[in-house]
Amino acid sequence: MFPRPIQQRPAATRAAYQVALPVALILWLLPLLGVAMTSLKPGADLTQGNYFGWPSHLAWSNYADVFRNSPIGWYILNSFKVTIPTVIGAVALSCMTGFALAIYKFRFNLMIFFIFVAGNFVPFQILMVPVRDLTLKLGLYNTITGLALFHIAFQTGFCTLFMRNFIKSLPNELIEAARVEGVSEVRIFWYVVLPLMRPAIAALSVLVFTFIWNDYFWATVLTNGVSTQPVTAGLYSLNGQWVAQWQLVSAGSIVAAMPPVLMFFAMQRHFIAGLTLGAVK
Amino acid sequence: MTSVTTNAAARRHGAWRRNQRRLAPLMFIAPGALMFLVYVVVPIFRSMSISFYDWDGMGAMKWIGFGNYVELWSDPAFLVSLENNLIWLVLYMLAVPAGLFIAIFLNQNVRGIRIYKSLFFFPFVISQVVVGLIFTWFYAPDFGLLFKLTQMLTGTGTAILADERYATYGIIVAGLWPQIAYCMILYLTGLNNVAPDQVEAARLDGAKGWKMLWYVIIPQLRPATFIAVVVTVIGALRSFDLVSIMTQGGPYGSTRVLSYYMYEQALSEYGYRMGYGAAIAVVLFFIMMVFISGFIWKMYRDETER
Repeated sequence: MFPRPIQQRPAATRAAYQVALPVALILWLLPLLGVAMTSLKPGADLTQGNYFGWPSHLAWSNYADVFRNSPIGWYILNSFKVTIPTVIGAVALSCMTGFALAIYKFRFNLMIFFIFVAGNFVPFQILMVPVRDLTLKLGLYNTITGLALFHIAFQTGFCTLFMRNFIKSLPNELIEAARVEGVSEVRIFWYVVLPLMRPAIAALSVLVFTFIWNDYFWATVLTNGVSTQPVTAGLYSLNGQWVAQWQLVSAGSIVAAMPPVLMFFAMQRHFIAGLTLGAVK
Repeated sequence: MTSVTTNAAARRHGAWRRNQRRLAPLMFIAPGALMFLVYVVVPIFRSMSISFYDWDGMGAMKWIGFGNYVELWSDPAFLVSLENNLIWLVLYMLAVPAGLFIAIFLNQNVRGIRIYKSLFFFPFVISQVVVGLIFTWFYAPDFGLLFKLTQMLTGTGTAILADERYATYGIIVAGLWPQIAYCMILYLTGLNNVAPDQVEAARLDGAKGWKMLWYVIIPQLRPATFIAVVVTVIGALRSFDLVSIMTQGGPYGSTRVLSYYMYEQALSEYGYRMGYGAAIAVVLFFIMMVFISGFIWKMYRDETER
């Protein structure tokens, strides 16, 4: 193990480490803690210049205000409406593409795989004008469907990379045995491989959920207005309306950040497995 | 009659049976590949072709050859964006060693360490919009924490985001925060897999501290480093959200990067110059392709070695 376990060090070092941990954490999260504290300050504190002291009292009402006086509830609903179908769509499509690319040998197999991988890394801007144009022509501009369709397609690239590598690491004998028994390919996919893919499906689901929830660029390119905009884009326009009302901006930010944060804490192990692109096991 | 149809059905079934090993991959790959083709592959080439036109997005397209690219070459805003992209790329790389440093710091077995690890990872989970707002508040003139701090130290406060000299660096620092967290988690996973017997052997040979890190640990962390560098390069070149949230390219266009400048040209109140925007995107695309090709090349080597 590297570094040398702290337990083998002198007592002084151990004590120092125990102190350093929380101090480092507080410094690291200082910006976030500041915002959390600001979100609980009554507006009067800020006008009186109390920006960094403790709140004079805990104004939970800021959160109520954010929901009551702004469409943030709608924005959050829109975010869910875009994110959930995207997770389902991209994971479903990539289960199939990953299966095909991992199990079968055919011409252009590697090339198709690399197109998925490379496509997943291109700058969004090279897609922007044509995708917006296409969405307009399909009559899907400024709709949840239009945004979700693009996300599904784009995320399929990353998900295929992950799924294909995951399936490739499964024991091939299982599939060969099923074939010898005369099980059809579709059934092999459904009854043999899919049940083994559960950890990969879980990892990708959390990861894609976070990616899509946090997407801002495509939200601004493909939607506008309260009825369709997800919370990232919504928060940005609210920020324009709440000039200098930092207690509201802060409360709104925290609300917008909550769903992926909860998701992360609930499914941490899967999340991290996904982030390493399946390459660092 | 009934027997004839069942025979035909059986024959069709037989054909599927016989060829399914050949047909199944096509069937499984078609839906995903089609979506990807329509929304990703084709648009890349469409953008390339649009970049040769003068087009406002609605009216007729006018072929102007390399006109857009020639204009780019003498467009100061483009050159500033390109330079800023370079600054982003270089400074963003700090996320890799910084992530390694935090990972080493946290790679211990003490009570509650799991919570610490996940809390350190926190910034990566929240949206860049929120990160941008947090740092805007942190940098705010007059009352921002950093403003107060500089005021205390130097007598005059510095409003980072309003100052042409510092604004880009201020945004990069905001971007580094989640990026360091990402690299940290990659290295934590990597450190977990360092072969303990090699570490022990090196220890018996008297290696410790920096020597141990440099000659024993870092070579074993190569897969983690590779991924960390790839995602950091991509992240640096993709930077859009933070610029858009924190400065909108200002002050005086000093914080523009290619991704943001492209958006500004193609789709904002500054005009709908789709052709010109597409040309900027193509430049960015080719810069990224250098790194993407490297990644693919390594994957290809790994695949064929197996």
